[in-house]
Amino acid sequence: MATSISPAREETPETGEVVATGRGRYHVLTRYDRRILALMVGIPLLLDIVFIWWPTFSSILLSLTNYNGVGDLTGDNFIGLRNYQFLFSGYTLFWPAFFHNVLWLAWLAFVATPLGIFFAVLLDREMRGTGFYQSVFFLPVVLSLVCVGFIWELQFSPTDGFINNVLHRTSSGNIIDWLGNPRINIFAVLIAASWRHVGYIMVIYLAGLKSVDPTLREAAKVDGANEVRTFFRIVFPVMAPINVVVAVITAIEALRAFDIAFIINQGKNGLELLSILITNNSISEASLVGFGSAIAVVLLVISLGPIIVFLSRTMRTT
Amino acid sequence: MSAVAVTAPRRIAVRPARLALHAFLLAVVAAWIFPLFWAVYSSLRPVSDTIQNGYLSFPGSAGLSLVNYQTVWNNAELPYFYLNTLVIAVPAVILTLIIASMVAFACTQFSWRFNLTTLMIFTAGNLLPPQVIIVPLYRIYLNTPIPVLGSIDIGKFSFPLFSDRGLLYDQYIGIMLIHIVFQTGFATFVLSNYMKTISKEITESAIVDGAHVLRIWWNIVLPLCRPALAAMATLLFTFIYNDFFWALILMSTGAKRPITSALNNLQGEFFVNYNLIAAGAMLVAIPPILVYVFLQKQFIAGLTLGSTKG
Repeated sequence: MATSISPAREETPETGEVVATGRGRYHVLTRYDRRILALMVGIPLLLDIVFIWWPTFSSILLSLTNYNGVGDLTGDNFIGLRNYQFLFSGYTLFWPAFFHNVLWLAWLAFVATPLGIFFAVLLDREMRGTGFYQSVFFLPVVLSLVCVGFIWELQFSPTDGFINNVLHRTSSGNIIDWLGNPRINIFAVLIAASWRHVGYIMVIYLAGLKSVDPTLREAAKVDGANEVRTFFRIVFPVMAPINVVVAVITAIEALRAFDIAFIINQGKNGLELLSILITNNSISEASLVGFGSAIAVVLLVISLGPIIVFLSRTMRTT
Repeated sequence: MSAVAVTAPRRIAVRPARLALHAFLLAVVAAWIFPLFWAVYSSLRPVSDTIQNGYLSFPGSAGLSLVNYQTVWNNAELPYFYLNTLVIAVPAVILTLIIASMVAFACTQFSWRFNLTTLMIFTAGNLLPPQVIIVPLYRIYLNTPIPVLGSIDIGKFSFPLFSDRGLLYDQYIGIMLIHIVFQTGFATFVLSNYMKTISKEITESAIVDGAHVLRIWWNIVLPLCRPALAAMATLLFTFIYNDFFWALILMSTGAKRPITSALNNLQGEFFVNYNLIAAGAMLVAIPPILVYVFLQKQFIAGLTLGSTKG
C-alpha cells in the first residue's frame, strides 16, 4: 500500500519520529502522541527506578558503611568490606540462616515442586472430579501466609495441636516440640509452606501440560509406552520452557521465605532466614543499617541467578 | 484411522486402574483439606468445651457456635481492619492496571529502541525479594514529605489526605504506592504477553484515522484486553490483600494496619486461645476464598498467563 501515511489532522507532524512497523511501511506519530507515549512509559519507569532500583543500588552502597541511621551519611562511615568480613566469620546467625534458606530451596526443589508436578500429571486427564481435586490443591494458594501459619499452628502446637494429641505426645516427658525445638521447627514450617507451594506449581504445570501436542502422546501409546515412560521421555522434554519457569519460581519462593517463619516465632531459635536477619538488623531492634544492607546484598546476589535465567528465557523469544 | 483402534480397548482395561486413582486422589485430597477443616472446626467450638475436653474431641454439650467469631469481630474491631485493607487494595489494583496497561501498550504496539530493556526492568523489579530493598525504602519513606491536607472521616475511620504526619511513612498511600510499584512489574509482564497477540494493524489504522494514542489505549486496546485485565484484577487483589510484609515495616500505627498484619499483632493481645486464633484466621481468609470461588477461572488464567507464553 502507501509507503508513507500521514495522519489526517491539523497538527502537521514536523520532525516526527518515523515508527517502523516491521513490514516496510512507516507512519508518523505526532509530537503530541510521542510525548504522551513518553509519559505513559516514563512516569511508571521513574516510579520503578525511584522505589525499587534506587533502593537496590543504595543497599549495595550502604553495605560498605557502618551507618546506623543516626545523623547523616558521611565519608567517615565508609568501612569497605568490613561488614562482610564480620558477616561471614563473626556473626553467629548468618550461617544458620543461610543454611535454612538452602534447606528451604532443597525442600521446595526436591519435595514440594515434584509433588506439584506429580499432581498436575495425575490430574491432566479426562476424568470426573478433576476440577474438584484441582480446587482443593489450589485453595491454600489464595490464603494469606498469615492464615497458613495460624492454620498450621493448630496442627503443630505442642500441647493443643492436632498432631501431638493424636500421637499422645503432649505431656512434658515425651513431648515433640514442633515449634520450639530448633532442630525440627524448620521442617514444620516447610510443611506449611509446601501446603501452599504444591498447589501453585500444580496449576502452572497443568496449564503447560494442556499445551503439549496430543499427537505426541498418542504416538507413544501406539508404540506401547506406559505412562511413566511417556512422561519422562516425551512430555517432560517438550515442556522445557515451563520447566524453566517452574525452576525459577521455586528458587524465588525459597529466597522470599519470610512470612510463616516470622509469624511462628519472629524467626528465632531455629527459624532464622536471611530475609528475617535483614529486617531484624536494620529496622526492628538495632538500627545497623550498614550491616543489614550487607545481608541484603548477599540475598540480592543469590537472587540474581534465577532472575537472569528468567529474563533471558522470556525475553529471548521476542 | 488410528482413532478407532485406540479408544475401544482403552475403555475396558482402565476401569480398575481408574478406580484406584480416584481412591488415591480422594485420600490425598482429604488429607490436604484437613488442616483447613480442623481450623474451621476449632473455631466453632466454645472455649469452655475445649478447656474441658481438649481439642481432639467431639463437640461437647455446648455444641458448635459462632461465639468465637463474635468475640473476635467485636473485641478486635475487625471491620476497621477490613476497611483498611479495602482502602489500600482497591485503588492499588485499579492504578496498577492502568499503569501496567499503559506501559504494555507502549511497549508492544510501537517499536522503539529501549522496548525490551524497559520490559526487563519492570519484570526484574518484581522478582526481587522485598527484603533486598526494604532498608533504603524505609529511610526514603521516613524522609519523603507529603502534604497534610486534612482527612476524610467516617465514624471512627479516618483516611488522611494524604498524610497525617507530613511523611510517606505510616500512611495508606505509602502502602498503596509500594504495592503499585511492585505489582506493576508483574502486571506489565502479563499484559504485554497478552497484548503481543493484538495485531499492530489495529493501532496503525487507528492512527491513520486520526486518533490520539490515549484514545487508542482506552477505547480500542483496553477493551480487547478485558479477559487479561479481569484475570489480573483478581490476582492482584488477592496478592495485595494477602500481603504481610510491606505494612509490617512501613506502617506503625496499629489501627491503620491492613487485616493481615493486624492479625499478627492481635496474636497475644486478643487471641489468648486457639479457638479465637482459628476464628480470626478464618475471618481473614474468607474474602480471598470468596474471590476464588466466584472468579476461579480468572484467577487461574492470570497465573498461567504470567508464567506460560501465550
